[in-house]
Amino acid sequence: MASYIALNYWELGAASLFVFIDAGLSVIFRLNLHRSLLVAAIRMAVQLALVGLVLTTLFSLVSPLWTGIAAFVMVLFAGHEAAQRQEMRLSGWWSYGLGTGCMMMSSVLVTVFALTATLRPNPWYDPRYAIPLLGMILGNCMTGIGLGLNALTTSLVNRRASVEAQLMLGATRQVAAGPVTREALRSALMPVINSMSVTAVVSLPGMMTGRILGGVPPAEAVKYRSS
Amino acid sequence: MLANELGRSAFHAGSPILQIRDLRTNLLRPASLSLSAGECIAIRGPSGAGKTLLLRAIADLDPNEGLVCLDGRNRSTIAGPEWRRLVDYVPAEPGWWADTVGEHFSEWTTALPVVRELGFPEDAKAWPISRLSTGERLRLALVRALMVRPKILLLDEPTAALDPASVAAVEALIATRVQSGLAVLWITHDAEQARHIAHRLLVVKGGQVREEVPEWQATSP
Repeated sequence: MASYIALNYWELGAASLFVFIDAGLSVIFRLNLHRSLLVAAIRMAVQLALVGLVLTTLFSLVSPLWTGIAAFVMVLFAGHEAAQRQEMRLSGWWSYGLGTGCMMMSSVLVTVFALTATLRPNPWYDPRYAIPLLGMILGNCMTGIGLGLNALTTSLVNRRASVEAQLMLGATRQVAAGPVTREALRSALMPVINSMSVTAVVSLPGMMTGRILGGVPPAEAVKYRSS
Repeated sequence: MLANELGRSAFHAGSPILQIRDLRTNLLRPASLSLSAGECIAIRGPSGAGKTLLLRAIADLDPNEGLVCLDGRNRSTIAGPEWRRLVDYVPAEPGWWADTVGEHFSEWTTALPVVRELGFPEDAKAWPISRLSTGERLRLALVRALMVRPKILLLDEPTAALDPASVAAVEALIATRVQSGLAVLWITHDAEQARHIAHRLLVVKGGQVREEVPEWQATSP
């Protein structure tokens, strides 16, 4: 078993010092960000503490039902966050439902594929692997789907006349909205492509870093990231 | 020669090609009307009264309810793309999706006679859309719409930004098509133009659509 450096509460407190320094700078420069900065920091600490408890329980249960429920809740939260970042929202439940539906399809598909085809833990739904994997995939999905949906709705509004002109000449909605859809997909995929281009040169992926900090040899950690 | 000056075309006397019963949107009150082949109806009313909404609802561009039939076929039984080829709407500010004029036409050579009729040279095909004036855009959008051979043409102030010669050219072009059986709903603020082009008159006020006897018919002996 690889060793790791355990942190005590005083060390955690020392790390949070920088948040207070930032809040102080916000007051000095009248940025009016100190309150939201402190609230976000406290919220993050509480959320992390809670998730630590939840994960401890989940990991000990290794139950497909509870793992599925946890995954479902994570997808719902990610869908909510993606919907919140839309400049122009679709009416009714569409904005939330479309983003969440896309995220559910893509992230669950990729996670199940990674668990069953490459990592293959036993059982395959072992939450120790399934939940962190889903979390990382959801993080990327949230950015991509949020940007894609935003580009789709704003482009449709901005190019309404040209889309309608094609519709009026008998074009199907797929043809009429084709340029807008392609632009939205490009917007959604650009961060992933940029991120992949500079991976290992400018940034070290979180999963690989986590494995290295956990004591796994870098060559092995790279395999996890690449899979 | 203009439609009204020609009198009723042979098509006009037949049964209505377009029948609308209680067509409504969230802003438009239930509207009923019928339109025969070879007939042109002028639509008038103050700005913001709902004239454009009426045409958009007929074209099925906005959410709407009510019965709309073309040649006895219920609109709900016709696929959207087919419906909009048959019932073509030309907005007051037409949209463009490519860089040059020619890219907006499937067959430029077929469109050439009408393009010339509306005062454009043959090489207009290569013109960038960005250099077109509002009037040129309106006329080219009209040509583009006629190329799909609709049965009903919904025109939203097609001559609002045109010089007198271009207005006359557009009116003459539509009159010829009406004589050939095209049915037209034409929004105009110009009473004189309505008299020239239309057989009947609809007035839209506060989302309410009603047919009125045109002044030119009321005063004629």
